[in-house]
Amino acid sequence: MPPFSVTAGFSASKRLSETARPCETSLMVRFGRVALAYPTSQGHPGQAALRDVSFALGEGSFTWLLGPSGAGKSSVLRLMQAAIRPTSGVVSVLGTDIGQAERAALPALRRKIGVVHQEFRLLPHLSAWDNVALPLRLAGRAEAAIRQDVNEILDWLSLAAKAGRGPAELSGGEQQRIAIARAIITRPALLIADEPTSELDVFEARRLIALFAEMNRLGTAIVVATHSEDLPARHPARVITLSEGRIIDAP
Amino acid sequence: MRREAGGRGDPIGLRGALADRLLVALIAAMALFAACAVAGQAAVSQLAQRWQQGANAAITVQIPNPSPARMESALEALRTLPAVREAREVDPARMAELLRPWLGDVAGLPLPGVIELRLADLAADPVLIGDKVAEAVPGAVTEAHGVFVARLAALARALSLAALGVVLLVAAVAASVVVIAVRAGIAARRDSVMVLHMLGAADRDIAWRFARRTSWLALLGAVLGVALAIALLWALMQLAAPILPEIGWQDLPWAGLAAIPVSAALIAWGATILSILLWLRRLP
Repeated sequence: MPPFSVTAGFSASKRLSETARPCETSLMVRFGRVALAYPTSQGHPGQAALRDVSFALGEGSFTWLLGPSGAGKSSVLRLMQAAIRPTSGVVSVLGTDIGQAERAALPALRRKIGVVHQEFRLLPHLSAWDNVALPLRLAGRAEAAIRQDVNEILDWLSLAAKAGRGPAELSGGEQQRIAIARAIITRPALLIADEPTSELDVFEARRLIALFAEMNRLGTAIVVATHSEDLPARHPARVITLSEGRIIDAP
Repeated sequence: MRREAGGRGDPIGLRGALADRLLVALIAAMALFAACAVAGQAAVSQLAQRWQQGANAAITVQIPNPSPARMESALEALRTLPAVREAREVDPARMAELLRPWLGDVAGLPLPGVIELRLADLAADPVLIGDKVAEAVPGAVTEAHGVFVARLAALARALSLAALGVVLLVAAVAASVVVIAVRAGIAARRDSVMVLHMLGAADRDIAWRFARRTSWLALLGAVLGVALAIALLWALMQLAAPILPEIGWQDLPWAGLAAIPVSAALIAWGATILSILLWLRRLP
């Protein structure tokens, strides 16, 4: 893997610092007594997915979100990426109160957050290159600047040779790396990943975690949800453990 | 090498999601109906105008030996009838002028006095009006050919309005077809739309991508439909040529026909934007 240059091409981190409006300069994420209940098909509040969840994540932090399936990890991540709003309590992400923010303000917030999903969620009608370029195009970047950044990050992830292929033509590991490239192409201040290694073999999983560690070293706050206790053991960092929608351990 | 599939203009893959051929075919069929309705409306409107001119004098009354007293009696009798809106004596000099092409110089020729009537109610019975005036002025003769023409003109105006109604109805159906196609497109590409939404695409950006595609398809379909309609109208004109030799291309409502593709594209654009925005409003 060639060395990643923070001074070349990428200027998204500078843009982020110019456009972000943090109300807590050192906090990326803050959950305050958050409860979440998904609505039923009739529109009524259903069973609680989260109860009384409180924690805070600082700038440049690395956090494991640990717990079995159904513990509420994905709900926490969905709140962090403004995909849902809390039923009660306060969720503040990059200074924006998710529960109170106007709907029109959320797209700009989402563009500042990198998200990696377990099932990759690449757009099947685009090449790997265009998938990676998508966030920059949504942000309105000029095509010349996009070309430079995308080529650079694909080189960094050893995917330059696969740039023209569609997602279906790539292996699981390659798709995951494309998804990561798409998540970090804008140099987000916060990167969240939901079970990112579950579809990968051991080699690809280690490579992915090493990549996250490198991103974290470069200043990105990272939150990784996993049900595997092996990963936090191999890569020690702060661990928040969830069970049945509650935090049971958060040092 | 970088694959161009999808491309930056179509990240949702709408080219395969919007049942392109079906949408184009349906819009083409509706544009064909609309074009025929527009052409029919223009033709009927012209006929109505022509007939209306002929129906200006709905009824004429001829008074033999038109002494001033007899003319006054006739006018007085007619003006008392509720069905008569206006009764006016035709100037004898104008009468002579009108008859000159047929009779030459009519000086000295005994001509009847003529009264033109305009009716308040086209459904009024001209026979009763004739009876009334004949009672007041013996020998008075009433001709009511204009009533029939006026009724034809009214019918033509109604048909013209009906044609406009058909155009509006076709526009509404076209908008509905586009909405149904867009909903099917969203269902087919829901995951891609959700990914775009979560990557931070604004609602208007997603809606614009759909609208650009549907309005292009609507424009294409409408151009095809109007072209077919023009071919059909040309064939009809060929059939009508022996009885209407003056009819030609210049009689087609070109402005109205040209407006159909533009309107179709605008309707598709509006229907798509509205439909997508309403769907996206359900997302956070």
